[in-house]
Amino acid sequence: MHIPDGFIDVPVSIAAGAVAVAGVAICIRGARRNLDERIAPLAGLTAAFIFAVQMLNFPVAAGTSGHLLGGALAAILVGPYVGALAVTTVLVVQSLLFADGGLSALGLNVINMALVTALVGWLVFRALVRVLPRGRSSIMAAAAVAAFSSVPAAALAFTAEYAFGGTASFSFGQVLIAMTGVHVLIGIGEAVITGLTVGALLATRPDLVYGARGMMPRLELRSGVPVPVA
Amino acid sequence: MKARWFVLGAVTLVVVLAGFVSYYASTSPDGLNKIAADQGLATSSPPISATTPLAGYDVTGVGNPRASKAVAGVVGVAVTFAISGGLVVIVRRRRGEVG
Repeated sequence: MHIPDGFIDVPVSIAAGAVAVAGVAICIRGARRNLDERIAPLAGLTAAFIFAVQMLNFPVAAGTSGHLLGGALAAILVGPYVGALAVTTVLVVQSLLFADGGLSALGLNVINMALVTALVGWLVFRALVRVLPRGRSSIMAAAAVAAFSSVPAAALAFTAEYAFGGTASFSFGQVLIAMTGVHVLIGIGEAVITGLTVGALLATRPDLVYGARGMMPRLELRSGVPVPVA
Repeated sequence: MKARWFVLGAVTLVVVLAGFVSYYASTSPDGLNKIAADQGLATSSPPISATTPLAGYDVTGVGNPRASKAVAGVVGVAVTFAISGGLVVIVRRRRGEVG
């Protein structure tokens, strides 16, 4: 979903750059509040993992592929602020070093793939976790649905940006339908990868999943005395 | 699981994914690029950043496609890890100064 150079005109790209800078500033401010000893080293690992998995395009339909966006996953693993910053780092590296995503479109790509996905993913995740029973399977399911929702949300953000700053003439309705349709399919892949990753972490180090704090059932001794996890 | 083993496992997984599995990824255009091609969204303006030696996740001058992808992937995860980790250190340090 990386927007190349020349897709979106200069004024809209510059405006998006300003919005992205403001969003990143808010995330840095928020990150300062929830960066503790456990999250700090995980931020680097989360960003590296998302970079690696973003390389793994999977086929979704005839001649079309998709890849993880990772904003929802990052938000669940290290919190929405640090998570959005981790994906932003990935996008900057991809754009500067790998020419994946245009330099002029960096602001647009940060909005769509880091800010929108982390925000939508986190809100859906929190809402679901609140209503579902405690436990690993609930957290995995909430993570999967949150990840799924984040992908069409990013596709909608792109469609809106293209409507304002598209450099070619196009049918808004057709692009909207095509973008949403394909990204619902890609969202299924996003949901599977995110659910499995969160599940694997909950099985090994549940204390490292930011979104699961206080959400896992307490371990109980045979006597029935509750013992706090981690 | 001990922290050391967890980190070792995570680093190994990331390197294997970026350095080995990435070779087998689909090379079809992604959703956005496919739609852009189908619906004529793209213009002919040249990319600004295509001159990097790692453009397209391949290393310029490395003939073996598997090695090229592997080096690009491992460099990518290393740089991403370093920048993201460094950013966290800076943000934490500045928080400490503020109090």
